[in-house]
Amino acid sequence: MGTYIVRRLLLLPVILFGVTVLIFGMVSFLSPVERSALYIRDIPRNDLQMEAAIKAYGLDDPIYVQYWHWLVGRTDAQTGEHRGGILYGDFGWSRTASQPVADLIRNRFPNTLDLTLWAIVPVIAVGIWLGIKAAVNHNGPIDQGGRVFSVIGTSFPTFVFGLMVLMIFYAKLGWFPPGRSSDWASIVIRSEQWRSYTYLLSLDSILNLRFDIFFDTMRHMVLPILTLAYLNWAVFLRVTRSSMLETLRQDYVTTARAKGLPEDDVVNKHARPNALIPVVTLAGFTVVALLGGVVITETVFDYPGIGSAAAQAAQNLDVLTVLGLALFIGLILIVSNLVVDVAYGYIDPRIRLD
Amino acid sequence: MAEIAIPKEGLGFGEAIPLRKIGPVERLIGPESYRIVVALLKTPVSILGFSLIAFFVVVALAAPILAPPVNPANPYDIPRDGFRAEPQPMMSVWNREQPPLPVWWGAIMGTDQWVHIMGTSEGQYDLYYGIVWGTRTAFKTGLIVTFATLFVGVLVGSISAYYGGAVDNVIMRGVDIMLTLPFILAALILAAVLTPKIGRSLLPATIALITFGWMGYSRIIRGDILSVKQRDYVMAARVIGVTDSRILIRHIIPNAIFPTLVLASLAIGDVVLSFAALSFLGIGTPIGYADWGQTLSFARNWITSLATYWYIVVWPGLTLVLFVMGWNLVGDALRDVFDPRMRGRGGA
Repeated sequence: MGTYIVRRLLLLPVILFGVTVLIFGMVSFLSPVERSALYIRDIPRNDLQMEAAIKAYGLDDPIYVQYWHWLVGRTDAQTGEHRGGILYGDFGWSRTASQPVADLIRNRFPNTLDLTLWAIVPVIAVGIWLGIKAAVNHNGPIDQGGRVFSVIGTSFPTFVFGLMVLMIFYAKLGWFPPGRSSDWASIVIRSEQWRSYTYLLSLDSILNLRFDIFFDTMRHMVLPILTLAYLNWAVFLRVTRSSMLETLRQDYVTTARAKGLPEDDVVNKHARPNALIPVVTLAGFTVVALLGGVVITETVFDYPGIGSAAAQAAQNLDVLTVLGLALFIGLILIVSNLVVDVAYGYIDPRIRLD
Repeated sequence: MAEIAIPKEGLGFGEAIPLRKIGPVERLIGPESYRIVVALLKTPVSILGFSLIAFFVVVALAAPILAPPVNPANPYDIPRDGFRAEPQPMMSVWNREQPPLPVWWGAIMGTDQWVHIMGTSEGQYDLYYGIVWGTRTAFKTGLIVTFATLFVGVLVGSISAYYGGAVDNVIMRGVDIMLTLPFILAALILAAVLTPKIGRSLLPATIALITFGWMGYSRIIRGDILSVKQRDYVMAARVIGVTDSRILIRHIIPNAIFPTLVLASLAIGDVVLSFAALSFLGIGTPIGYADWGQTLSFARNWITSLATYWYIVVWPGLTLVLFVMGWNLVGDALRDVFDPRMRGRGGA
């Protein structure tokens, strides 16, 4: 187990380096003027300012020098002020959000985290339940129904499903509005009396003992959660079903049946724990994928997470902001993938031998 | 009673073994591939899928008859009926710049008044026209991206698998890095970077989807090549001094590529989906270009009144769902065919 973790950790810097090079490669597609936003707020308007900015921040240096400065930032020769440098958490200035990219992430990421935490529960619980039901009733009506459901589920693009549920549950019935919170709730949240303990709105509203705001927040999250759940159920159903079918064919399950155990015990106590091992990884990777910001779902429901921030910036061709967000998302994904992999090694000893 | 075929250059004991009759198709693509093709053509699910795909092929081919363009030189520009913002309901009459009337319309409806069959979207773009010509856009981008990703994926994967060792390690870590970012996000960024350079067209999104789309193929072909590489005939070729590239191209790839090819042919649905997602997010084609994702994105400004203007979501949405479902149904049948445990159970 030790060597497995060490091997994964040794690979970490390689992947980190690769991802930063990949993203910086795309940064260097930009003109020097656009790249100046890495260090300063105001994009130079005239030629003179432009020249000065390019000179001051070395925007025409060789590419590897620029990469280094992109990592560690630059110190202003006159004022001694340090600017830029992604290692210092400075991702530059976001033109579309009119704030530093780092602040944009700080404001938006808790919302994505909030959505992820609420969405993952129904996704995993219902997905696994459906998959096991389908496997136990192999080729029965539940199995066939699940199969039809999973083909339809994977065929529905997020944005089509999202727009259709909005059409029904918002435009027609008026139950679940898009966005993050209603106007009256946003006023309370921005006021003096509101205290942010965790920055997760749903949790904070409980801690502030404002259950009306909690209810309002959840009302806004129902449709995104439903969309994410619907799309992921199909995948969970498939993986759980095939893993369970395979486990039910194992000799030890036959033994359990032969010694006269009730079928419920065979399924729940003997087969299910082993069948769920691949599902655990899937669950891990699903959480990771959700954390990475679900670009389309957040955009359709106008939900202010990092995914929709990236989409908005891309739409306005504010590439530097998108790249900053991508870098942040990349870092999150790398670290959490590592955690999932290591956890998987603990759960299933067979993996370590690989 | 199985038919007994006696091999012409018999090995002596061949006479006693009852052999299956092998048709020319099976001889061409090999027994394993043949089994997959036959099973696919026999499964009801995949027949439904193939029918859906065939329907869209017909629509794409017949686009000029189904919806004659105003300007035949630029058929992908959706004709507009004025510039008002509010969508017009289905079957409302064309007021301005009416495109040529399709020949079949008068015969069926008995009038020569051309209408918006599916209504218009924001800015009076005709939805029916956008959907019909969007089918061509879908096939065009789907085919281009699939072929290109397949080519790059097979090239990288086979080099990696054939040389192995350090080369393999470096390439596969590169693949890991490319896979770190979520696919749609990565494609979104690259398309956004490229759009100011090369302008709004099909190109930025296409290039972005190719750049971040080939890694899956290279992983699959790598696995298949690693197993083919161990076969005796490869060893034999190497012993008699055949060059690396010739062994790879003539001996290994033809024997390893079939599963990858099948997967690629079914990926068109996913490619079209990703392309539509990028257009939906506002990256890619110029406004008014016949492409399903953009047609759908017009609905984003009308979310509060979708109960009235339902047709601006339902028609393009349904089109996209049916298209993707066609490919997914075939893919679902294929998964069963490929599953080794299903072998010998009459296909699906």
